[in-house]
Amino acid sequence: MSTQFLNFIEIFINGLMAGIMYSLVALGFVLIFKASGIFNFAQGVMALFAALTLVGLQTGQVPFSHLINAIFGTDIHDWGPGLPTFLAILLTLVVMIALAWLLEKFVLNHLINQEPIILFMATIGLAYFLEGFGDLMWGSDVKTLDVGLPSGGSFWWEDVTRTWAPEDADYWGMYIDKLDISATIIAVILVTALSLFSQYTATGRALRAVADDHQAALSVGISLRKIWVIVWSIAGFVALVAGIMWGSKSGVQFSLSLIALKALPVLILGGFTSIPGAIVGGLIIGVGEKLAEAYIGPMVGGAIENWFAYVVALAFLLFRPQGLFGDRIIERI
Amino acid sequence: MKLTKIAMAGVLAALVSAPPAMADLVFPALSYRTGPYAPNGIPFADGYADYLTLINERDGGINGEKIRLVECETGYNTEKGVECYESTKGEGALIYQPLSTGITYQLIPKATADGIPVHSMGYGRTSAANGKVFKWVFNYPATYWDGASIAVKHIMDQEGGDLSGKKIALVYHNSAYGKEPIRTLEELSKKHGFELMLIPVDHPGQEQKSQWLQIRRERPDYVLMWGWGVMNSVAVQEAANIRFPMDRFIGIWWSGSENDVEPAGDGANGYKALALANPGGDYPIYADLQKYVYDAGKSAGDGTHTKEVLYNRGMYAALLAVEAAKKAQEIHDTKQIDASMMRDGMEALEITAAKMTELGLPEFGPEFAVSCENHGGSGVGKIQQWDASAGEWKVITDWISADRDIVDPLIAEDSSAYAQENNIEERCN
Repeated sequence: MSTQFLNFIEIFINGLMAGIMYSLVALGFVLIFKASGIFNFAQGVMALFAALTLVGLQTGQVPFSHLINAIFGTDIHDWGPGLPTFLAILLTLVVMIALAWLLEKFVLNHLINQEPIILFMATIGLAYFLEGFGDLMWGSDVKTLDVGLPSGGSFWWEDVTRTWAPEDADYWGMYIDKLDISATIIAVILVTALSLFSQYTATGRALRAVADDHQAALSVGISLRKIWVIVWSIAGFVALVAGIMWGSKSGVQFSLSLIALKALPVLILGGFTSIPGAIVGGLIIGVGEKLAEAYIGPMVGGAIENWFAYVVALAFLLFRPQGLFGDRIIERI
Repeated sequence: MKLTKIAMAGVLAALVSAPPAMADLVFPALSYRTGPYAPNGIPFADGYADYLTLINERDGGINGEKIRLVECETGYNTEKGVECYESTKGEGALIYQPLSTGITYQLIPKATADGIPVHSMGYGRTSAANGKVFKWVFNYPATYWDGASIAVKHIMDQEGGDLSGKKIALVYHNSAYGKEPIRTLEELSKKHGFELMLIPVDHPGQEQKSQWLQIRRERPDYVLMWGWGVMNSVAVQEAANIRFPMDRFIGIWWSGSENDVEPAGDGANGYKALALANPGGDYPIYADLQKYVYDAGKSAGDGTHTKEVLYNRGMYAALLAVEAAKKAQEIHDTKQIDASMMRDGMEALEITAAKMTELGLPEFGPEFAVSCENHGGSGVGKIQQWDASAGEWKVITDWISADRDIVDPLIAEDSSAYAQENNIEERCN
């Protein structure tokens, strides 16, 4: 194979891998939108908050230490060596569930029967609150996140693919980041688990019922409040996974909340109500933007992938306004 | 009773609306402690504030005049930065440190019209180094174009003085800041015969797979970086992932803090960056900071950033502002200086090795003298290299001066164009 073609494949594969990372963020949006019709503006900040909490627990940081020190004049920062990674992940999950419960009790519960735009605005408020709360709780330093996932280029894949090029070609082999491979495996497990949960458990069926029709679900005895806690907890779990993957790449810092921007074109493309749509949408956006950056970027000065992702998404919208897998909403007057 | 209430309300309203006491020397700080760039904004703001607190607590202010720090949160957002400027300039502001090239560009015409000096230390519009055109803007001790030239000089040293046929890539933040060195590098490329590759990264730079795949394919001999915030740490991580030789990866001084390398762990070992001043905290001034600021519970931060690169830089910026204020007091023979006098002090500022030693920072920064013509300082920098095992930056060169034959004509050309566009008559003649 020619090196040009191998380069194309390399970009294509890396685009798929990047797309998976976008999908991990988009999944959280989809879960909440499906169950409650809320576009959760705070999903990116939830990923940041989950990652901050995980690192804080892993490193033994005292939450709110800045505040405590400022009020009481103390000088405390750490409570000990920190928790093992697995335990820290479990505890972070508990924190995300607690957050979901608090959110339902103090925010969503008071907004039942409100217009979707009101709920959307509440999530904007939540995003700002959570960002400030995360800062207050864990500080705004850049934090290193290591949960033991392998990272860096795969030597094995490089060696294998090097042989695909002509012998006289000065080819190094294809690059794949092991962290991206981990993200792909985790995303497959996550989507499978979510699908099984929603298909084969009573709670999952209740979630789908609520997603289909709130009123009908309420009439058969499904507790909307309980379902909202469950769904926001699951979204919190997905945010934790996204936070781990993105935080492992760049360190945990406040720009992590901006990963939500990467999920928007995925949602436009895949639809707001489809879990497979989030995955397929992510893959298409990932591949599309990486190929565009590599082949069109040099002609127009580069750095086009951010906006090109939206171009791809909008092009799809021309033909399928509801997204690739989204439900077609028909409102009768 | 009713009259008493009305009178009290009147007194209260008068107190609230009273202009600030003019006895203080007002130093506004356009800081960013929130948002995606907060991890870099906080240590700089802490260093700036702590140094000013030290001067107040130890010396009783600048020659007895207390300093009043007025912080305003910009979030590294240009619009907010301009709002901060507008809302604080009326307090008697003596000098602005925008800590953002975008904000600096917006403030240049405003501050010029208002007669308030701007110090964009090692950032902002490079051609503001020409004091003949930019009366109110200073960017000492070095500019971006100096930085680009210093980096290329270092590469030349590594390559035995010959760069012909070499390929150098510039990975840059796709903003006014990141684009600053391009023109200089293009000229240097013509002069030394190396090929220049331009690789922009969009804000915030969380995802850079395309850029580093391109670098892996095209194999430049060296990579330069003009990044900020998360872009830096992601770039260092990606460079380590593709096994790019880290000692051939050189960042500008805004890509050379602990925040930029620590997330990549051992992979960042050997990464280089330019330094405006020496890293580390082995300086006598820290004993004074400990005594008068930290132990007194008056530090701006929680103490976790002291001695870091960006904390030191904030402290250095405050030191230069204080020294300029002292000079202004000396020139005008008054302790109560205004912004115009402050500008005169900045223009007459001279930093010598003896002065830095006297201030508790021996051999920390370069010697330089500001003049009517030269607002850019000496234009020198060092190269520092990250030692991941020790977790610290190590300076590996002496001061390297910029290629003035390239940089000065570019400054003259760009500032002259600005002067023509804005009908500015050159001064210092």
